[in-house]
Amino acid sequence: MTTSELTGISLFRWAWRQLTSMRTALILLLLLGFAAIPGSLFPQRTQNPMKVNEYFTNNPTLAQWLDRFKLFDVYSSPWFSAIYLLLFISLIGCVLPRTLEHLKAIGAKPPLTPKFLEKMEFATSVAASKASALDQAEKYLRRKRFRIRRDADSISAEKGYSRETGNLLFHLSLILILVGVGIGSLYGSKGEAIVSVGDRFINTPTSYDNLAFGKFQSEGSLTPFELTVTDFKASYDVRTNAPSDYTLSVLAANPVGSKTTAKIIKVNAPLTYKNTKIYLQANGYSPLVTVRDKSGKITYQGGVVFLPQDGNLTSSGAIKLPDMNPQIGFVASFVPTYDRSNKRGAFSAYPEVLDPRLLVSVWTGNLGLDSGRPQSVYRVDTSKMSRIGLAQLKLHETYKFSEGSITFEGWKPWVNLQIVDDPGKIYALFGAIFAILGLLLSLFTRQRRIWIKVGEGVQIAGLAKNAAPGLEKEIADLKSKLEEKL
Amino acid sequence: MTSTNYAYLSNYAVYSAMVLYTIAFFAHAIEVSFSVRNVEAETKFDFGRTDRAGRIGSAMIFLAFIFLTLGVLFRGLSAHRVPWGNMYEFSITGAFAFTGAYLIALKKYKLRWLGLPVSIAVLLTLGTAITVLYRPSAPLVPALKSTWLAIHVSAAIISGGVFLLANCIAATYLILDSYESKGLPRPRWATNLPTLDALDQLSYRLVAFVFPLWTFAVIAGAIWAESAWGRYWGWDPKETWAFITWVAYAAYLHARVTVGWRGRKAAWLCLFAGSTFLFNYIYINIWGTGRHTYSGL
Repeated sequence: MTTSELTGISLFRWAWRQLTSMRTALILLLLLGFAAIPGSLFPQRTQNPMKVNEYFTNNPTLAQWLDRFKLFDVYSSPWFSAIYLLLFISLIGCVLPRTLEHLKAIGAKPPLTPKFLEKMEFATSVAASKASALDQAEKYLRRKRFRIRRDADSISAEKGYSRETGNLLFHLSLILILVGVGIGSLYGSKGEAIVSVGDRFINTPTSYDNLAFGKFQSEGSLTPFELTVTDFKASYDVRTNAPSDYTLSVLAANPVGSKTTAKIIKVNAPLTYKNTKIYLQANGYSPLVTVRDKSGKITYQGGVVFLPQDGNLTSSGAIKLPDMNPQIGFVASFVPTYDRSNKRGAFSAYPEVLDPRLLVSVWTGNLGLDSGRPQSVYRVDTSKMSRIGLAQLKLHETYKFSEGSITFEGWKPWVNLQIVDDPGKIYALFGAIFAILGLLLSLFTRQRRIWIKVGEGVQIAGLAKNAAPGLEKEIADLKSKLEEKL
Repeated sequence: MTSTNYAYLSNYAVYSAMVLYTIAFFAHAIEVSFSVRNVEAETKFDFGRTDRAGRIGSAMIFLAFIFLTLGVLFRGLSAHRVPWGNMYEFSITGAFAFTGAYLIALKKYKLRWLGLPVSIAVLLTLGTAITVLYRPSAPLVPALKSTWLAIHVSAAIISGGVFLLANCIAATYLILDSYESKGLPRPRWATNLPTLDALDQLSYRLVAFVFPLWTFAVIAGAIWAESAWGRYWGWDPKETWAFITWVAYAAYLHARVTVGWRGRKAAWLCLFAGSTFLFNYIYINIWGTGRHTYSGL
């Protein structure tokens, strides 16, 4: 063996000892707490990509620097991952040897009785018969379920091993939770889709508005269910306008084409197919319109999904007609219950449809759909267009402009479904349950030793781990038991 | 009785509790100020008289606690649900839990010296609740309609009450420790307080006792989030800060049990951990973004 190898190994040993030391673990633990803070101060891509874009528009230079340090993706950033991975390596390096040690200790007898009991805590001499004291003490301690080492002139008894059992269980469970999180992100999928009442959703990648797969998850692995939205009811509190209930009725089949069954989906009650769950996440309105060209021929008829802008579902959206000549775009708002103020213009006063209006501004020119740049379906790029009309329509009203007309025919509700496949969460759940059990066991078990020695006289002493209270009373109890038998 | 009647009754009960807390506050203030007045050692210290004031304070806090219990209860009855739907309701329940923790500790550990800070803290909480945070009693939004509401929020509120109590004790420890380290005698108002060692142990016991409950509150929240929002953990600001609080208290427990921190260092760490909880409750609820925005503000 050469010296360089030696130093290599010893360097590794040294690093390992440092990493698995309690002080390092403590520093890493606190560091993890601090590292989590920026994620709550800056908008995060995984939660709110729109806010991140907004941040980039408002503070371009600062945002660039923040982005370099991954401050918009804190929880998947290299530095955050480094901290928790080091912490978990440190934890494993600490817990595994202790687990082996603990398993050995469970099989073994308690350690030898110390030589000089009078130096120990709670040391007291007992006026008991030397001949029978050890027998009586053993009987007493066995009944109290102590582990006992009986030697010629002494007893060493210990109780509360489950403190360490709980402690180890807790830490091993944390590893199980991490494994669960890992499985979920590698083998899971998560996506969203807007489905209008009356429409059918088939669980294939193309049906989604957005869909993300884990690294080891393929497109073919989606649960092959289908569902048709038959009804959506939202009710609101008339005093506060806050929603009080959402009920989504669907006809569902798994796999596609099998017999359908009627199901109800609510906010706290998703529809479940094994690891896949279908959640009701948001809702809004699609106004129904008919657009005609100058000759009166229908160029568009149907619903258009509008996005809610406030709690009362004032919604905005776009209707684009690239096939009309010239191209026509409507920048529009749908107001379910019309009200108006000088400051805000038209707005919705209540989230249910009681007195609806469709507000449109009509634009003509180039919609810019051929430019190749992706465009939001909720917005019209009016940079190469000019406005040719403005109208506020009541139900069934028609607005005529120079290139044609638009009729407000009605509305239908839509829902946003979130479809999540997380095969790892069951591990995380078991990890969490074991963690709590372990924690309770370790924090509420008192570990203590009691020694009895027969020499000049009979002596008792004890030791309570972490200064757990109650040992004094236990020793006094044992003492009086031994003395009463005198 | 109708919902509106219950809502009125709840408000009256909370107002009455506030009056009683105010009396308790003055009683405890008299108890303390009588001792503080004697800076010079020559003046005699009329212990019997302050003791009576202190006892009146304790009695008033107990009465106030009963009224606050009724206030919380009626609020729940008026809305036909657990009274944890918005920040006003969190606050009155939080004040209830905090007082409850204090009263239990008072019976067990002779903590009457905490009466003044406790009554101030509760008065401030209730005052803000009534003036700034008040919202009419209303049904829950759909996301909150779950049995987990009762489980998750009660665990979080109780943990919070005990964490804050542990914080009060750690703060007292630090104040008294600064006297002792300068070699000064304790101020008169503190002569009746337990030894530094006992305070140190007490704040540790409270944290160790309630840490599993806080862990449970976080896990219950995760289970609920899984059924309401489609993921059990999403680093929502409130979740993040709950995690930070958890990590901070975990560090505190390790520092004490494994590394053997005691006294001043441990007390500072305890204060830090408790302040992450307060930050979460106040800042994230009112100014924060994310999905835990039920404050109604």
